[in-house]
Amino acid sequence: MLDFPTWRKIWLWLITALCVGAALPSLLSATSVRWPDVLPQPMVNLGLDLAGGSHILLEADAAQVESQRLENMEENVRNIMRRAEPRIRIGDVSTRDGRLSFMLDDPSEVDRARELLLPSINGTRLVREWDLAVEDGSRMILTPTSDGLDQAVSDAMESATEVVRKRIDELGTREPTIIRQGDTRIVVQVPGLQDPDQLKALLGQTAKLEFKLVDQNALPSDVQQGLAPPGSEIFPYAETSDFAGSSLAVRRLGGIRGDNLTGAQQSFDPQTNEPVVNIQFDSDGGRRFAKLTTDNVGKPFAIILDGQVLSAPNINEPIRGGSAQISGGFSVETANQLAISLRSGALPVDLAVIEERTVGPDLGADSIRRGMLAMAVGSVMVVILMIATYGRFGVYATAALGINIAMLLGIMAALNTTLTLPGIAGFVLTIGAAVDANVLINERIREERKRGRRVIAAVENGYNEASRAIYDANITNFIAGVLLFLFGSGPVRGFAVVLIIGLFTSVFTALTLTRMWVAGYLRKAKPKDIVL
Amino acid sequence: MKLLKLVPDDTNIRFLKWRVPFFAVSILLIAASWALVATKGLNYGVDFAGGLEVRATFTESTQAPIAELRNDVEALGYGSPVVQRFGEDNQVSIRVRLPDEVSADKEAAQEAANDIVRTLQTEYDDFRLDGNDNVSGKVSGEFRQTALYALLAAMAAIALYIWIRFEWQFGVGALFALFHDVSLTLGMFALFQLEFSLQIIAAILAIIGYSLNDTIVIYDRIRENLKKYRKMELPALLDLSVNETLARTVMTSLTLFVALLPLLLYGPASLFGMVAAITLGLFVGTYSSVYSAAPILVWLGVTSDSFVPTETVADQQEKKARGLV
Repeated sequence: MLDFPTWRKIWLWLITALCVGAALPSLLSATSVRWPDVLPQPMVNLGLDLAGGSHILLEADAAQVESQRLENMEENVRNIMRRAEPRIRIGDVSTRDGRLSFMLDDPSEVDRARELLLPSINGTRLVREWDLAVEDGSRMILTPTSDGLDQAVSDAMESATEVVRKRIDELGTREPTIIRQGDTRIVVQVPGLQDPDQLKALLGQTAKLEFKLVDQNALPSDVQQGLAPPGSEIFPYAETSDFAGSSLAVRRLGGIRGDNLTGAQQSFDPQTNEPVVNIQFDSDGGRRFAKLTTDNVGKPFAIILDGQVLSAPNINEPIRGGSAQISGGFSVETANQLAISLRSGALPVDLAVIEERTVGPDLGADSIRRGMLAMAVGSVMVVILMIATYGRFGVYATAALGINIAMLLGIMAALNTTLTLPGIAGFVLTIGAAVDANVLINERIREERKRGRRVIAAVENGYNEASRAIYDANITNFIAGVLLFLFGSGPVRGFAVVLIIGLFTSVFTALTLTRMWVAGYLRKAKPKDIVL
Repeated sequence: MKLLKLVPDDTNIRFLKWRVPFFAVSILLIAASWALVATKGLNYGVDFAGGLEVRATFTESTQAPIAELRNDVEALGYGSPVVQRFGEDNQVSIRVRLPDEVSADKEAAQEAANDIVRTLQTEYDDFRLDGNDNVSGKVSGEFRQTALYALLAAMAAIALYIWIRFEWQFGVGALFALFHDVSLTLGMFALFQLEFSLQIIAAILAIIGYSLNDTIVIYDRIRENLKKYRKMELPALLDLSVNETLARTVMTSLTLFVALLPLLLYGPASLFGMVAAITLGLFVGTYSSVYSAAPILVWLGVTSDSFVPTETVADQQEKKARGLV
């Protein structure tokens, strides 16, 4: 017990110094003292509930990816069959029940059609994307494989995450955290945000821009009842447009999408002074836009944003410059927002906010101040209690407690973990519980002395006999902490982190360090009796 | 210097003498707790019920206009809100559990949340939005499920550990004590209708951990004494063990309590429920360690033999060879 070799002492002090040292940059950041730049800068991050900011959980609509994919495949199939040499004639394409089916006019062309479809079916990746079956000799059925679908959802999420990142960067917020979570979710954390509404509006906007020809043959009465003529579909007008409340029938095919843009800016219409958005197509998009407008001069086309018609102007002349102007009853703010959304690209899938937590910076600062004060007062009370009860041994426990807190902070900084509001409760709990080890040891030493053991034997027995219960208790706490970490989310996780790291630092300081100090005291002073 | 002794030397309280009535009280309290949870229900916060919670400060007022706020939000037609003081007198929390058809539609739920905040911001000049939580029905359902799993998994894992380290009777005793602590905490939350959130689950898991500290310390001493006093009656031995560790039990509970007290009284309002749960659990946990975890061992028939290794064939042969048998 008294035998503490020098190498072991050096080793213990080294660990202590390292952990405590790691806490210094975090502690100094609250003061005006600067931590030298040449040294490493481990820092404890403050959670959003302390620093202020927004946590937003977005969920994608996986079913939408599925239907979008089906739609793309339909267009693909039509193009392939039309461009085949010689052309393969097919009947109507059905997309019911989540699969694609169509009849070949000439059953003898089944093999040729299959051959042509193969590249699309197999896709460009390792997984096969579609299953192809032929029924009744001439009906071809394409069913999406679940692997292919998973892949498509995963791809969509990846690019959605990228789009979200671009949009948040456009807002100029610093250090946003954007992480994919699970199969269809994205977590966005933005510290110190002033206007979460703006962020939410921006993230909720899919910004899928389409230009489609208006179906002029549709009967207005049918359209208002939602009955689309064959080959057409019906979209409602946007709430901000002049025709809000009514709907419009547009041709399903033959339109173009606004996903290949090189730029988008908010601007004002020179005539009406109304806020508008100017867009520029890339060369491919510009060519297609020019073709659409050239082929349909004199006819109206609808500008559709996220399934709502913004406006349906007449094409007065071909638009060949590769740029266009979108109007639709915007305010400067919504026009600006649309410009940002279009610049950063359309989201491949709709995202909805399913959880949002925002904390204002004032409340966070107040929480820290109150938490710190409560922690300080609590510590002082624990210290008084310990010293009053155990005298010299209480002083050792107190010193261990101080080092414990510093080490806990240091390890948190080194591991780059986040301190949350419940984490502060974790600190207080650790302070109150850390001395339990010393209480156990000291009470045991008292008992051993009462039974008449000599000082050294009593201390030795105290440490040895108490260790068993200390380890058992900490292991069960560790189990509870790990489960809390696994099941918990956000702030609660921050609590679990403090508890878990606190267990390790408590055992180290309360058991090992105090033992070293007590041993040093007994060896130097060789007391006949100890006050305990 | 004279040191403080919270528990006088040679204290000998016969805890186990009253084990039947106390245990009956424990069972009764557990039953009452669950009855409360079943009848009054838990006051789920937005984490578990979904909906919207807005926290705000009225910077120019000394008193938040709670009644007006209730009317204003109710007028919006999303159901009647729970408006409470939160922290200082001019701070409030407004909780709205959105109607089912609104919360089922993600966009409508989002719109409702914006609507409420915007209305209050325009209605009151000194309204400062301190924060808002907006949880959809889907997410809150997931939270309820994971919270339940976490509690069950923690109790099972800990009971298993105790069983491995001690004996099965100790595992059962510890599990019962944990069940007791969790039940009573839930019962208190149902009785006082305190907001039940994810933080409270975290608090309960922490209680499970720390209540077990007491149980383990007592169990460890029981095991030691079982080996030491082979002939002692079990109730007497348990009394001895509880008394021997009593000073430690009191001291540890006290240090935890004085550490938590400032946080409970002065800490941030958002932490109050959590700290209150932990403080409550501290007392309940200490009680259950002494009055549930220990007496159960009597009824489950723990004996000294539990910890004495059984004789193996090799031992018997050795004894024979030495002519002891």
